[in-house]
Amino acid sequence: MAGTEVLGRVTWRTGKVVSLRDETSTARTIAIEVRDWPGHVAGQHVDVRLTAPDGYSAVRSYSIASAPNSDRRIEITVERLEDGEVSPYLTQEVAIGDELDLRGPIGGWFVWHVDQTEPIQLIAGGSGIVPLMAIIRSRLASASNARFRLLYSLREPAAAFYKDELQAISIRGESVILSYAFTRITPKDWPRPASRIDAALLSENVWPSHLSPTCYVCGPTSFVEHVAGLLIAAGMDRGRIRTERFGSTGEHK
Amino acid sequence: MNANMSYLDGNAAGGELSKIFNLDLTAAEGQCANCGATRRFADAHLYVDCPGLIARCASCDHVLLRLVNTGKRAFLDLRGMAFLKLST
Repeated sequence: MAGTEVLGRVTWRTGKVVSLRDETSTARTIAIEVRDWPGHVAGQHVDVRLTAPDGYSAVRSYSIASAPNSDRRIEITVERLEDGEVSPYLTQEVAIGDELDLRGPIGGWFVWHVDQTEPIQLIAGGSGIVPLMAIIRSRLASASNARFRLLYSLREPAAAFYKDELQAISIRGESVILSYAFTRITPKDWPRPASRIDAALLSENVWPSHLSPTCYVCGPTSFVEHVAGLLIAAGMDRGRIRTERFGSTGEHK
Repeated sequence: MNANMSYLDGNAAGGELSKIFNLDLTAAEGQCANCGATRRFADAHLYVDCPGLIARCASCDHVLLRLVNTGKRAFLDLRGMAFLKLST
């Protein structure tokens, strides 16, 4: 099976920032060149370590947004947390040419391998789109015929990451079916009032359980718990639901 | 986010644990010593708002692992897990 290096060695590496792109008013995609990058699998993350002049250091985990490739370059998308220690620096101060300490790639479970043929259901809450975007990009860059659906839950239309790219995928009508849910503000003339994902919305926008999809759910902890609970209530097999929770507390130095 | 929703998942401990095991343990299956559930370590609930890391069983909330790393020494308590299965 491709990418069986699930228990691979993990070490600190030095990367160089090669490009910056704003996704929203609070989120930025950072492309990083890592000379000794061993390659990754879609869905994995890296730990980023910032060290202050006095030696104090802080480590945070960020999902990789880019598909696996051979050019030793990864992208992460970072959402700024106002009380954060690392994200304000990464979204406002980091400049092209700066070096970053990275540990990874990490993760052997919340990943999608190109040889998986079953239907795939992706469900993102806010910045939980990041590893799922890596999975979509990996699917589109490969010869995979796996059927994909993405349900992307957003506070408001302006909070969407990768807007143009997702729109292009949607227009091309490739076998990635996209749908959106809005929790606070909807686009004009949106058929459904702003609300949390519920069972009815899920049943219209998610593969039915009899197709035995593998589900990847990523977002804030409360979102992941809520959606995973709805999926199980809809008959999805718990063993086919993979979750990745984001917290504003992702500190572990 | 309320207090009992303050956890992440075992996946987020992958980097920290790799410092000790030199392996990525996130896909390894472990058995909870309390309820017997056998699940991927990535599925465990991870608490990081404490001095170190605590992983709890996603089925019964029993503590599976505690890790405190002072920089000089790491203290690891694994008694909450009956086994951890690694594909080598």
